[in-house]
Amino acid sequence: MCLGVPGRILDVREGDLRYGHVAFGGVVRDVCLEYVPEAGEGDWVIVHVGFAISRIDEAEAARVFSYLEEIGDLGELGRRPDGRTA
Amino acid sequence: MRYVDEYRDADVCRRYAAAITARATRAWRIMEVCGGQTHSIVRFGIDALLPPGLELLHGPGCPVCVTPLEMIDRALAIAAKPGVIFCSFGDMLRVPGTRSDLFCAKSEGADVRIVYSPLDALEIARQNQGREVVFFGVGFETTAPANAMAVREARRRGICNFSMLVSHVLVPPALSAILSSPRCRVDAFLAAGHVCTVMGMDEYRPIAARHRTPIVVTGFEPADLLQGIHMCVVQLEEGRAEVENQYARSARPEGNREAMRVVAEVFRVVPRKWRGIGDIPESGLGLRPEYAQHDAEALFNVGTISTEEPSVCISGLVLQGIEKPSACPAFGTRCTPETPLGATMVSSEGACAAYYRYRRTGS
Repeated sequence: MCLGVPGRILDVREGDLRYGHVAFGGVVRDVCLEYVPEAGEGDWVIVHVGFAISRIDEAEAARVFSYLEEIGDLGELGRRPDGRTA
Repeated sequence: MRYVDEYRDADVCRRYAAAITARATRAWRIMEVCGGQTHSIVRFGIDALLPPGLELLHGPGCPVCVTPLEMIDRALAIAAKPGVIFCSFGDMLRVPGTRSDLFCAKSEGADVRIVYSPLDALEIARQNQGREVVFFGVGFETTAPANAMAVREARRRGICNFSMLVSHVLVPPALSAILSSPRCRVDAFLAAGHVCTVMGMDEYRPIAARHRTPIVVTGFEPADLLQGIHMCVVQLEEGRAEVENQYARSARPEGNREAMRVVAEVFRVVPRKWRGIGDIPESGLGLRPEYAQHDAEALFNVGTISTEEPSVCISGLVLQGIEKPSACPAFGTRCTPETPLGATMVSSEGACAAYYRYRRTGS
């Protein structure tokens, strides 16, 4: 139950509760968007048990790879002379 | 899939593993808190990429696993009552109670239904006005906003035949309990990224400071986990003990304020017993008195419940990172996902089930 899955908002319906269709790969589900008032059509969200709990920050998402560049001098220790990873 | 596949890139993971090996000068033990992280670590073999001496301990973050036995027995007693429709997330159905589980109850005629969201259970209640619909409200901070919203909506819309059997648990008190144990083996924590997405990071700072233990809020994909481990190792090697955030694409320091507001409106902090671990003060959520008409525990008198755990099962020690599944004599023989003795073998988030599924050995 604790799995959070990233998906993209296809549309938004305003009502008593805010809902929208969210695409997870090829699967589309109706998701409650009440907890992500800042998220709109086209945004990516993390969904837990039918509720979006966060809008994914694209700039922060790239940090996992840029951090690797920042520590690159250490990461290079694991590389072979041909540039492939040991 | 975007935000999934790129974090499983083999080259990225190998580079992180090399960086960790280059940075670690001594043995460290890092506990991943969340069962989803445990599952990912075992599935992708993250632990096998790490240098010798760097050990991952599997934590208590499987809500299915820590739901107390008496709560399962209570759920079974309520589900057996005539006129009740008992709704639950699917992974609770195989959790063994003292004598049965919800799947067996269903096969014996109880109206037990699996739902994806608590709002689905609310809709079942709306469509079945003559029946009592009970939802099994379990989980950590991640499911609390959804469950709180279902109860709030039930009251707002006057759906009186909807109630919740609440057995919510909170992560920070469990981390404190683990760190305070004389058997504690943890040098640093990978905190659960989605729990912090909801509740923020404020509660973790005093824990990191008091116990001199780094806490890195971490995501669930292999690159996330390896970056989180690297951040832990850097802190440990530098002698720091701070709260850092690896999972900033989803988790913000202040959490999700809207979700926290609704959780606080519907739930209050209560003491909670954790299966396999015991009572932990202020470690759970229960319904506020204003929502008593939707509190299944108060509405259904099921009498006295006496419980009995299988004596051979060591799931409590596994949940605290004290033992690995391999230490259990029943692993893979008397205890399998088909015939589980303990909850850590039932849930896909449980450490024993992850080892069984991906390794077939406990080591």
